[in-house]
Amino acid sequence: MDLERPLPNPITPESRPYWEGARAGKLMIPKCRACGKPFMYPRVACPFCASRDIGWVQATGRGRLFSFEIAHQILNKAFKVRTPVVLAMVELEEGPRLLTNLVGIEPDPKQIRCDMPVEVCFEKLTDEVSLPMFRPVTGGTR
Amino acid sequence: MSDLARIRELSNSACIVGVDESDEIGTLPGKSQLTLHIEAITNAARDAGLKVSDIDGIFTAGQHSPATIGEAIGVVPRYVDGTTVGGCSFIIMVGHAVLALHHGLCDVAVVCHGESGRSGVGVSPRRDTALSGQFEFPYGFGGAPTYFGLITTRHMHEHGTTLEQWAQVAVSTRKWAALNPKARNREPLTVKDVLDSRPVVWPFNILNICLVTDAGGAVLLTRADRAKDCAKKPIYVRGAGEGSEHVMLTQMRNLTFSEATRLSGEKAFAMAGVKGTDFDHIMLYDAFTSGPPLMLESLGIAKRGEGVHHFAEGRSTPGGKLPINTNGGGLSYTHSGMYGIFPIIEATRQLRGECGARQVPKAKLSLVNGMGGMLSAAGTLVLSNER
Ligand SMILES: [Zn+2]
Repeated sequence: MDLERPLPNPITPESRPYWEGARAGKLMIPKCRACGKPFMYPRVACPFCASRDIGWVQATGRGRLFSFEIAHQILNKAFKVRTPVVLAMVELEEGPRLLTNLVGIEPDPKQIRCDMPVEVCFEKLTDEVSLPMFRPVTGGTR
Repeated sequence: MSDLARIRELSNSACIVGVDESDEIGTLPGKSQLTLHIEAITNAARDAGLKVSDIDGIFTAGQHSPATIGEAIGVVPRYVDGTTVGGCSFIIMVGHAVLALHHGLCDVAVVCHGESGRSGVGVSPRRDTALSGQFEFPYGFGGAPTYFGLITTRHMHEHGTTLEQWAQVAVSTRKWAALNPKARNREPLTVKDVLDSRPVVWPFNILNICLVTDAGGAVLLTRADRAKDCAKKPIYVRGAGEGSEHVMLTQMRNLTFSEATRLSGEKAFAMAGVKGTDFDHIMLYDAFTSGPPLMLESLGIAKRGEGVHHFAEGRSTPGGKLPINTNGGGLSYTHSGMYGIFPIIEATRQLRGECGARQVPKAKLSLVNGMGGMLSAAGTLVLSNER
């Protein structure tokens, strides 16, 4: 099968719950049991308090578009999605930020606003891997 | 003794005594990046009136370790430093060299760079991309513009900065390039030219983004007492600072303000005993047009959102009140990938008075500030031609 996107590689052992969650349509994020703060990317110690007591929670999948840009060319040859593509940074309600794509809206800087509400959706790449993406909660077309 | 007093002891204790580029810079498909290193080192040693065999401390970043460089130039160094935190590593290493020289760990330090960034000759493809490969590349990220664009869009959202204001940075820098025979792009440039150039990653068009070239550069330092015997006027390292905040852009605490740069600047200014308003010449790492304004803000030289004002109305251009990026910058002179050695070379030449048509009259105090990654790490130098 010819994929439009490079698969996440390498999937590290400490990130497996994130990718297993995505495969099941859930946005799972690590959360420190000591200080209570969720964080990304997954790692075995909390970046806020260095505790090694880390659990996982399901995020609501809602957040805001923290920043964005519109790629007219892509350097990575394994990425074959038709440009222009909206590359985005989303801040989850829970706090952590992710890099992602914004979909379901015209790739036009006049239509896209920082801080607009967004929600997660998943794009299945293979039977093993689904990718969390984000779309506007209101406004924009599907 | 307080920390500050200890740091102040280092101020002016060592000098830059030799600087130069590789024999050529630009598009060099016939030269490996090791060759670019060696050319720059031999040229900088000649500039200093020193022999390559005088070098006993090697400081380099990038794909070649200090061991490779020592071997290549036939030197067995007694001090090595391979700190690699992005393009500002060379700026940081000037500070490390001052420390090593001050404590007698070496006598002649070389900070050197060689990169076949355009032609890829003698380059290893291996890079540390594990986390990016997992969380960023599946979305089309990859290459510096796809990260710095996010910083820039957020800055426009928070501060109302505009595409025209970023374009003014490119226009100002090109005016300096026109006066530098070594600069790659020297033809006149207008704001409209930048706005009409090919879109790459909005908010960036191609003229908002640095060049991609092949180039080497080297800087030689020695202790101030020994510097007097070198060929050229010694340039004192009055202050040096460094900082490192993040690698992954999602981990940057404030997307429009560089904590690494703030820390680096504060340390360098404290060591030098200067304020951000004291400089008469400034070199800022310009991989993107939005970089220099954000650095001025993070250094406390401009208020938040107002860094762009430094590039308006001719302030930063030839004849302006505060000249910035007088070599033509990464935007128009050269940018091999890890650009940080080149602003040090230019500041040294300006302070020596060697810059011909682009000479800043009576330049005495120069600021060099660079970033590594996406404002991820930072290095700052305060350089002067007097103690
Ligand atoms: Zn914690």
